[in-house]
Amino acid sequence: MSTEVCEITCIVCPTGCKVRVVREGSKVIEVSGNTCKRGETYASQEAVAPQRTLTTSVKVTGGDFALVSVKSATLVPKARLFDLMKAVQKLRVAAPIRIRDIVVHDVLGLGIDLVATRTVRKTGE
Amino acid sequence: MKTEYDLIVIGGGPAGLAAATAAYDQGLRDILIVERDRFLGGILNQCIHTGFGLQEFREELTGPEYAQRFVDKTLEDGIPFLLDTMVLAVRPDRTIVAISPKLGRLELHAKAIVLSMGCRERTRAAIMVPGTRPAGVMTAGTAQRYMNVEGYLPGHNVVILGSGDVGLIMARRFTLEGARVNAVLEIMPYSTGLTRNIVQCLDDYGIPLLLNHTVTSVHGGKRVTGVSIAQVDDYRRPVPGTEREIACDTLITSVGLVPENELSKTAGVQLDPITGGAVVNQRLQTSVPGVFACGNVLQVHDLVDNVSEESQRAGRSAALYVQDKLPQTLRSIRVVPASGIRYVVPQCVDVTEQTETIKLFMRPSDVFKGASVELRTDSREEPLAKFRRSRLTPGEMVVLTVQGTVFAAVEADILVGVKVL
Repeated sequence: MSTEVCEITCIVCPTGCKVRVVREGSKVIEVSGNTCKRGETYASQEAVAPQRTLTTSVKVTGGDFALVSVKSATLVPKARLFDLMKAVQKLRVAAPIRIRDIVVHDVLGLGIDLVATRTVRKTGE
Repeated sequence: MKTEYDLIVIGGGPAGLAAATAAYDQGLRDILIVERDRFLGGILNQCIHTGFGLQEFREELTGPEYAQRFVDKTLEDGIPFLLDTMVLAVRPDRTIVAISPKLGRLELHAKAIVLSMGCRERTRAAIMVPGTRPAGVMTAGTAQRYMNVEGYLPGHNVVILGSGDVGLIMARRFTLEGARVNAVLEIMPYSTGLTRNIVQCLDDYGIPLLLNHTVTSVHGGKRVTGVSIAQVDDYRRPVPGTEREIACDTLITSVGLVPENELSKTAGVQLDPITGGAVVNQRLQTSVPGVFACGNVLQVHDLVDNVSEESQRAGRSAALYVQDKLPQTLRSIRVVPASGIRYVVPQCVDVTEQTETIKLFMRPSDVFKGASVELRTDSREEPLAKFRRSRLTPGEMVVLTVQGTVFAAVEADILVGVKVL
């Protein structure tokens, strides 16, 4: 099988290293240009199957905030981000919600939970 | 109501909370935080994306999560705070005039004050974009508040002017919420946003970044119907013949942040014309005794982690000032930006009996590759210290950690400049 070279800009931290990944199909052969271990992990994954953390918000009823901000507890396949967004836009959750609460279990059966990144109290509390 | 405090912190965002809790840890107990919004945590509440806290907490947090850590610490320490309370003036004698719907007009006094009011976005008016004045033109931060705090989508078909980080983040946010982002325009030949944000907010969604481009006119009556855009030349003037129109219902501006120093002015604090913030020493003391400044009101940071670190220093200094424990200054050395450097904070370093490591924050005035930042004095040939950097850009703040001995050894101004290798 022929090898393919991917030039990837690392997004793990603000440094933004330019990482070069050599792969053969879905097998990573060589990673260079990264300046930390996390960069190697990120670039290897990115070259084969890109993933992102999804952050968005869910509408809240009866809370001191109209929305609760959420993040995916695990990485989401990049190609599924919009599917997740569509599912989340329809949702309503009731206050109170505490930071780190799971707001949505197993979205779209992908095994991904959405976790609250802020506390929303009940109105008037 | 109590009106006398040891320390009053103006602003309950990341800077104010870090300063207040650090002052508490330094032993101060009589502290008040004054916040104009209806919640603590400031702008972080609407920054729901990740990317915060890698330096401060060694993990990647969203804005609200980062804020929560400092809010929790504030609550644990039992530091009192006023919400919905707007400070109207700070006087040089450290009297504060504030106003709130609940408490009316307040006049408070403190032995020390920390100014941590943050910054404000430049608007369409600030950059004088010609055209009509329809609804649908707003700053990236305003759109972010609508979408992430209030729960409204402020447009469906968007053009973004300016490639600062907030603009990039909003390009992705609009896209994820189902709006179309036509393009991000940047008048400079480079983006001032972080590389990671160009990758994960634009490239990921196929949003074009048009460098050397600007909006030449806004169209529409009641609502934006489109914008004219054009390429610009080396002098940032539109190039004839390159103009074209993009149909859109929303123009988002992300064209820079300005420290919000109206209160620093009423306090009589000396300001730096380049940063727009106070002139301070390494302890974040301003020119007015007992008044300290930190966070984006002092200098616009890229990372909240740096805001927290700076503000903790300010909080500690304010506490030491109240406790009369600040070391005696032997002499002050000015730190002056030289070639390739736009500004340096702190603008002066006070030399005392103890030598301490000093952090210098600065922004380059241009993009440099393979350069070093050097500290020099006029009288000596050799640099006092030099720091190699593979790449310098105005979009990324440079932080140098300088040994205290460097300052202890000199009497004159220290010049900080870029030398291309």
